[in-house]
Amino acid sequence: MIYQGKQKIWADYQKEIPDDHWYYVRSCIRQNFFPGAEKMFLEICRNVLKKDFHENENHTTCGGIAYHCDTIPQETVMTIVARQFALMTEAGYENYVCSCITSFGNYIEILETWNEFPELETKIREMLWKACRREFNKPKYVAHASDLIYKYRNLIAERAKFRLVNKHTGEPLKVVEHIGCHYSKMFPSKGVGGAEYPYVLCGMIESWGGNVIDYPERRHCCGYGFRQYHVKANRGYSISNTHKKFESMEPYHPDMIITNCPGCPYFMDRWQYAIAEMEGKTYGENGYGIPVFTYEEVAGLVLGYDPWDLGLQLHQVAVEPLLDKIGIEYDPARKYEGVNHKDLQRPELPGVLRCC
Amino acid sequence: MGKLYDELAKDYRIKEGLKTCINCGTCTAICPAAEFYKYDPRKIVDIVQSKDDAEIEKLLKSDVIWYCGECMSCVTRCPRKNAPGLVLMALRNLSARLGYFVNSEKGRQLYPLTKTLTGNILNYGYCVYPDTFKWEDHVESGPVMKWHLEHKEDSFARVGANYKGTGPGILRKIPQESLDELKRIFDVTGGTERIETVYRCSEEKAKEMGMDMDEYFEETFTHISPGHLNGEDE
Repeated sequence: MIYQGKQKIWADYQKEIPDDHWYYVRSCIRQNFFPGAEKMFLEICRNVLKKDFHENENHTTCGGIAYHCDTIPQETVMTIVARQFALMTEAGYENYVCSCITSFGNYIEILETWNEFPELETKIREMLWKACRREFNKPKYVAHASDLIYKYRNLIAERAKFRLVNKHTGEPLKVVEHIGCHYSKMFPSKGVGGAEYPYVLCGMIESWGGNVIDYPERRHCCGYGFRQYHVKANRGYSISNTHKKFESMEPYHPDMIITNCPGCPYFMDRWQYAIAEMEGKTYGENGYGIPVFTYEEVAGLVLGYDPWDLGLQLHQVAVEPLLDKIGIEYDPARKYEGVNHKDLQRPELPGVLRCC
Repeated sequence: MGKLYDELAKDYRIKEGLKTCINCGTCTAICPAAEFYKYDPRKIVDIVQSKDDAEIEKLLKSDVIWYCGECMSCVTRCPRKNAPGLVLMALRNLSARLGYFVNSEKGRQLYPLTKTLTGNILNYGYCVYPDTFKWEDHVESGPVMKWHLEHKEDSFARVGANYKGTGPGILRKIPQESLDELKRIFDVTGGTERIETVYRCSEEKAKEMGMDMDEYFEETFTHISPGHLNGEDE
């Protein structure tokens, strides 16, 4: 078959993702802000789909945030990553999957740089040996965790208890997908669908019954900007970019947003709260915000997991209106409980943004 | 060709990110930072490409090289396969290494960033860590984050995290031998030297500004002077 035009372009951005046997590394941001997402990823892969995902307690940050905040030299981040690869090698794995998009971009950038400049790889190997007495093989395949959920999307759909459909109208939910910048903007061929038409989240949404919304600022950054958020004085940059996205998507009335990046769901969730408190503006229905999810949280919801087991109580934008639309049952009284029904009190309610 | 350009040219991010810029301005058109700040990556890349040391030194001492958010949206769009974002990273690296960063307000922010992020890495093994995430410094994280941090042991346990626990899992305590390896990596690769340079130059600048280091941290973390943003007077 001869591929032409868009078909040819599309064919360039397909990934042959290995089916099983992965070495898993976590995300600094997600462990802090969306811990339930990582728990659900391993729950789905290991317990629902019976795949082999290995985690080693000795892996650390990849250093990506510190690198992109310009606080560590390139050799430092490369050697931290080389150590992660050494742990994978020592555990007997060849496929490497990371939870974080900053990490994913970091790993791909490093491997591509080493391919182009082999003398740098040699130097990093020497530095790793000097510092840690470790050696490594480069991974045969580096995936982002969303690539795996994309690969397994139809297996998840087969087991789904709910679909991304409005139970009152029977219409597919209107879903905004937001791809983390470092997933494929630097190396388009490394992301499912490339940078222009990334398909990694669209595939999940379509498979689980929703409709993807196209809107003008769909590919605009969420506004993280590393130092533009981590320094308090710079956060106007961050909220301005998020504001731009929400103003752009508002006319399309999204029911929900799905992201594949650690920072994006945090910023798109929290800045909705800040915009509401600063300007009195909300983007959802009836004074609520538009709920923002990680792809694992959505996978967990369609599979029928309890929303509070998924950690959705840690979102600032209330998820209950969406759960009601889909028909997912939940116990409001249990939302802020600890283990064994321990009373943890409740967060204060925001002044403007409506919450449950 | 000058000495500063020679130093930049050794950086792999310049080797990768700067071929021949045709000055089309596509990077500036797509740039989230250029919409917000008085910032034009096209001009910066053009200055580096000119190899003019006096102009490069001005850049290294300026605010403008610190406006980029490193989203790398420019990389996708450049018709000549340049990576302006990588060029900016190389400029920042050289500015930090030479101590030029203390000459600009945005450059001086390297002190709180270095203290927080490298502190988290070397002490805990994470870039971001709950024990050092102060809600008062992140009020935009909302009342739910305030609640979560007040109940963090219970809240993390509720969602199955292994906060400060042994073995694998979410927010596990990273074993001391692994933290020791990170420290040795910093020592061997120039990470420790970079921290020391940033601290030394910041301490000298704080002294010049009549501040102790706590005051300097607060100043550099929170203060924004007029003139950085589009539409603002200098």
